[in-house]
Amino acid sequence: MTTSLLFFYFFAAVALISALGMVLNTRNTVAAAMCLVATMLSLAGVYLLLDAYLIAAIQVLVYAGAIVVLFVFVVMLLNLRSDAFPPSRQVLSKALAVVLGGYVMWRFLKLLPGMLPPEKPIPAGFGGYEAVAIELFTRWVLPFEVTSFLLLAAIVGAVVLAKRRLD
Amino acid sequence: MPLDVLIKTLFIVLVVVGAFAPVITWIERKQSAVMQDRVGANRANVMGVTILGLLHPLADVIKLITKEDVVPAGANRTMHLIAPLIAAIPSIIAFAVIPYGGVYHFGGTTVNLVVADVDWGVLYLFAIGSLATYGTVLSGWASNNNWALLGSLRGSAQMISYEVTMGLSIVGIFMCFGTLKLTDMAFAQDATFRVFGFLEAFGWLTPLPAWLSWVQLPMWGVVLQPLGFVLFLTCIMAENKRPPFDIPEGESEIVAGYFMEYSGMRFGLFYMSEFIEVVVIAGIVTAIFLGGWSIPWLSSAQIVAHVSATFGDGFANGFCMLLHVLTFFAKVIGMIWLQMTIRWTLPRFRYDQVMDLCWKIMLPLSLANILVTGAVILGIQGLTR
Amino acid sequence: MIPLQHVIALSAALFLIGLVGAVVRRNLIVILMSIELMLNAVNLALVGFSRAQAQLTGQIFVFMVIAVAAAEVAVGLGILISLFRNRDSVNVEDVSLLKW
Repeated sequence: MTTSLLFFYFFAAVALISALGMVLNTRNTVAAAMCLVATMLSLAGVYLLLDAYLIAAIQVLVYAGAIVVLFVFVVMLLNLRSDAFPPSRQVLSKALAVVLGGYVMWRFLKLLPGMLPPEKPIPAGFGGYEAVAIELFTRWVLPFEVTSFLLLAAIVGAVVLAKRRLD
Repeated sequence: MPLDVLIKTLFIVLVVVGAFAPVITWIERKQSAVMQDRVGANRANVMGVTILGLLHPLADVIKLITKEDVVPAGANRTMHLIAPLIAAIPSIIAFAVIPYGGVYHFGGTTVNLVVADVDWGVLYLFAIGSLATYGTVLSGWASNNNWALLGSLRGSAQMISYEVTMGLSIVGIFMCFGTLKLTDMAFAQDATFRVFGFLEAFGWLTPLPAWLSWVQLPMWGVVLQPLGFVLFLTCIMAENKRPPFDIPEGESEIVAGYFMEYSGMRFGLFYMSEFIEVVVIAGIVTAIFLGGWSIPWLSSAQIVAHVSATFGDGFANGFCMLLHVLTFFAKVIGMIWLQMTIRWTLPRFRYDQVMDLCWKIMLPLSLANILVTGAVILGIQGLTR
Repeated sequence: MIPLQHVIALSAALFLIGLVGAVVRRNLIVILMSIELMLNAVNLALVGFSRAQAQLTGQIFVFMVIAVAAAEVAVGLGILISLFRNRDSVNVEDVSLLKW
């Protein structure tokens, strides 16, 4: 029971509890967004334990620091009241969804040990910004450039969608 | 190994957060008084002894602790409670990667005066800075108040806009020093370079005569990247919502903006976190642009060599360590003075001017900075091959 | 040294929580957040496998997934704001014109 395994259990517990808190939270959408932030921060902790240092920093910077802030902006601007959602009429199908989800999870966990490939040792500097940058800009430079086009399309789309029509 | 991390953390928390932040409130009052040709706050006393007004921070703390803790009706109590914490915590933990001293060898042990020497130090600072946005976002929403919501929306939009330019303006420094690690940047800035060395590199004047070789500048970030320094300082001051970028807290316009409904120690946390961030800004700018702990024109190897001739190696390293820590804090105090001067000189920007400045002026300038830096580095590499 | 099995089990658990959330909840914002949770679970599985196979390809793919997630959130929230302006509700049961 090494320290890193203890840290992993701690981060995994925080991630699972925050994820459940986000999905089950019916009253307060901003609290759900904060639970999502807690999940993302604990996942960043798990990435650090898995030697993915650059990805952990990017996760906190982009995901927890910008994407969820955007969610919280929208929730604040829309100013949703907590009574906007009357009790659901389809309790049975929701319960069935939860039960089926749990069953799939249980079967998957039973099959998991036999499905995994053996682990290999990692070289020094694995997951650091230099190794990832060399890989990204030599072997995967075309997907990198295409991603920039994707982001441009998303920016234009978001601006067009959110503009008020002046007519 | 965890013991020295604990000692360094305690040093940071006690000295920087506990001692510097209250002193900065005093600096703000006294420096503004000197700049505006008045006396400043000097009434707080203990039995008639006023130490130039240095007891005012203590009076501030006593006042804030004893005030009534008001939570507005209809506000979300949990969010109202955690918003000041989320605003204060990133300011304090940003100190984990700032080196306030170099690496010193005392016989068998090696002392590295930084709490966490990670390879991606500057990325950690950006990540922590982006988490600080939540304090602003949540505090306005949790107050159930129109004006607080307006201030918090403006403040968080300003913060996330300036994060982009802050990251881009420092890419030039990454290109010059070739590292993201703040300790390596401090070591790289410990050297000097000859100003007229380009004459020798171009082949116009080889070998360089001694009187031209003697003109050397320390290889500081502000010398290598002057435009990057100005851009970064502007962006990080806008990130901290210090005047002239303090339209979200506009004290004379929307009362106190996003922390209007906070009183007592909750307001104290917001107030303190802003002043701790002043120290953080000073620390970051010192470590990246002003040479960190290094003394200009006097590298640490020279100090150790000169002192160990008479006093021995252990004492030389200890003396060097003391000099470097004092130099670091002197530079930090200089940067704090600069921020206070800017704060008390410039009037507040209007909100559309703040956004224009970021997206229309500083973003193109930082991209141009990256372009020019890359071109110069490639040119130098090509010419000196 | 974290065993790969633990990482994949956590990733599967988060993915299923996100999936059930996206199916069961009626608040459009929470549905979008559950989709983000599913993308995070996939990122975790990619990073775990990249570590086990000692190849950086998994981490490069995580970059692309994060960029795509950012783009999708921006456009998704734009659509949500337009929807709210037209119908004054983010309840997904109110957006059922095409339902048979």
